[in-house]
Amino acid sequence: MSHHHAAPTHSKFWTPGVVALAFVAAVGLVAIIARYIGGIGYVSNLSTARPWGLWIGVDVASGVALAAGGFTTAFLAHILGKHYYEPVVRPALLTAMLGYTFVVLGLLVDIGRSWAIWKPMIYWNFNSVLFEVAMCVMFYLNVLYIEFLPMVIERFKGRVRLPGAPDALNRAIDSLLALADKVLSKIMWVFIIAGVVLSCMHQSSLGALMLIAPTKLHPLWYTPILPLLFLTSAIAVGYPMVVFEATLATTSLKLDSEMKILTPLTRFTVFLLGIYLALKVGDMVIRKTYVYLLDGTSQTNAFLIEMVIGVLAPWLMLLSPKVRQSRRWLFIACTMVVGGVLLNRVNVFVVGYRPPVSETNYFPSIGEVAITAGLIAGLMLIYRFLVTHLPVLNKPEKEVIA
Amino acid sequence: MGISRRNFFKILSVAGAATATARTPARAWESQAPSEAYGCIVDLTRCIGCRKCEQACNEVNKLPPPDRSFEDLTVLDRKRRPDEKTFTVVNRYYSGRIDERDQLIPTFVKLQCMHCQDPACASACIVGALSKQENGAVNYDVSKCIGCRYCMVACPFEIPAYEYHDPITPRVMKCTFCYERVANEGKLPGCAEICPVEAITFGRRDTLLKVARDRIKENPGRYVDHIYGEHEAGGTSWMYLSAQPFEKLGFVTLPDHPMPRLAETIQHSLYSYLWSPIVLFGMLSGIMWAFRGKGERQEDHEGGNL
Ligand code: SF4
Ligand code: SF4
Ligand code: SF4
Repeated sequence: MSHHHAAPTHSKFWTPGVVALAFVAAVGLVAIIARYIGGIGYVSNLSTARPWGLWIGVDVASGVALAAGGFTTAFLAHILGKHYYEPVVRPALLTAMLGYTFVVLGLLVDIGRSWAIWKPMIYWNFNSVLFEVAMCVMFYLNVLYIEFLPMVIERFKGRVRLPGAPDALNRAIDSLLALADKVLSKIMWVFIIAGVVLSCMHQSSLGALMLIAPTKLHPLWYTPILPLLFLTSAIAVGYPMVVFEATLATTSLKLDSEMKILTPLTRFTVFLLGIYLALKVGDMVIRKTYVYLLDGTSQTNAFLIEMVIGVLAPWLMLLSPKVRQSRRWLFIACTMVVGGVLLNRVNVFVVGYRPPVSETNYFPSIGEVAITAGLIAGLMLIYRFLVTHLPVLNKPEKEVIA
Repeated sequence: MGISRRNFFKILSVAGAATATARTPARAWESQAPSEAYGCIVDLTRCIGCRKCEQACNEVNKLPPPDRSFEDLTVLDRKRRPDEKTFTVVNRYYSGRIDERDQLIPTFVKLQCMHCQDPACASACIVGALSKQENGAVNYDVSKCIGCRYCMVACPFEIPAYEYHDPITPRVMKCTFCYERVANEGKLPGCAEICPVEAITFGRRDTLLKVARDRIKENPGRYVDHIYGEHEAGGTSWMYLSAQPFEKLGFVTLPDHPMPRLAETIQHSLYSYLWSPIVLFGMLSGIMWAFRGKGERQEDHEGGNL
């Protein structure tokens, strides 16, 4: 594949923003240590009635959904062959790779026996939706690492200079990299397709997780098509997520704004988000759940915000070419889509989850928030580190007036 | 755009045909309930709220000593739930019935795992650490458990509890149906054995259902005509008889079909023999092949491309 433009940014790493992120990550680390000393109960508000909370809703479910940019851009650029969009594939891939890595880190914190996380590999339960999700996430994470490898190879191929190492060793590593490069470029198509297939599988299955608890999930969200809704919303959020991070990254690193790619990219979003919107509304009409809409409970309010601000409004905005061409408005609309999908996952796993027997109020504890925030900050730090040193982002072609 | 529509539809129809042939007719979902399951009937009209079953359960399962003594009946002033140190609790309800001296008559309700016939917890468990045994017990194998707590999400009775304060080796805690005692020692469950008024009857589930129906028939007016657990969530091994409607006694109203049915049906119809991922992989390879080299940028015709 030809990525003539991607290059390490080599920008300054320790900016004030980065220092703030490092602080948040450090606080999260302290909370994680507390979790491994005092137990999950020590840092969280989880209970018998509320076995899953913020961590599953944000770190895992939202993390997976918002990493959808990886497989949706790969589909567009590499499977449909629209190479015009090539420049956003690498950053989206990096986000997906980091996103899933942090999903797994979040899971490690959340599951009671972190050290036993490998057990699903030998104890299989084909009835369990979670088993399928876990298998797909595991394979997909490996696929992502493989898809990311060319960026590492590209960076070091032909310039391996291990300090103090004999020349022969350096040359050996170099030829190994060259070989890997050749092999990878021949078989990469398998991983690209596998990545899309695995993504479709577990994005939808994440929605199927709640199907086993019909009495606990609020009827506004509980529907047999929950897996389909999760899949379509993940596909729909892929490109807005790309716009969201591209705008943030290009602003913060003072790169090209890439609007000439982002604007046409979001044309697809009008269509994809439209499908999701239609499915959501159609499902509501068919199951007659609109009767709950004006209940005024926190559930219905959360649903209204999710649908109106998170789906309907940005969809209407994106319909207008003016919005798609304005850097600022496109960013706003895409942020709303991203927020809407994030809120949807939180609603399904946290807000809409109401155990009927021991109805308890749940609000995440400070410890839970600290860990989630810390993981996100850690992810952003590594992202910044990697784009500084590896050819991920596009080299500015010209100075932009931001 | 370099899309050849004819190619595209050709691929779609090939893929469609593949789908039609590869798809094994998804077998209808079938219950996995053991035919010889044992169970218990709890007769709420007999229970006197003495908490002896709580004590026996604590002893036979070697659970930690309770905060307040089992003799202390003021514990009943508050509604409790089974938790990680208590597999069974008795709660007191006043449903408005009064006796001849105008005193409110209490009803006591013993709670524990229902040992569902098609348990949601077992279907959900990522590693199969929970499983329905031939004798009816839903058994927990801590050596497989990873602590994901999906079983707790799935259980419609909100029974499994978790040792949240153990940092490294927490366990899921719930009534074991005294599996060891029943299966290997031929004894009754601790709670059923000790009950002084025989409020808990242990036996084969089908026999118990007959017993329960006979009690309802032979004592007109004593019971509501409902055996809780006969159909709830597809049926449970523990069942209840009551004089008051169950909704008034804290029992959750559940659908009659087993909880895992929908999710398992979707899982198996999509993923048996991995047919759908394979078809999708084939379709995508076809599309990729059809669109190869049709990019909109010139330089992507250089070598090394997909
Ligand atoms: S009551 Fe809950 S924990 Fe017990 S068998 Fe049924 S689903 Fe499992
Ligand atoms: S917590 Fe343990 S028993 Fe429960 S679903 Fe997870 S692995 Fe299975
Ligand atoms: S069957 Fe055994 S474990 Fe279950 S409540 Fe009775 S004594 Fe306790």
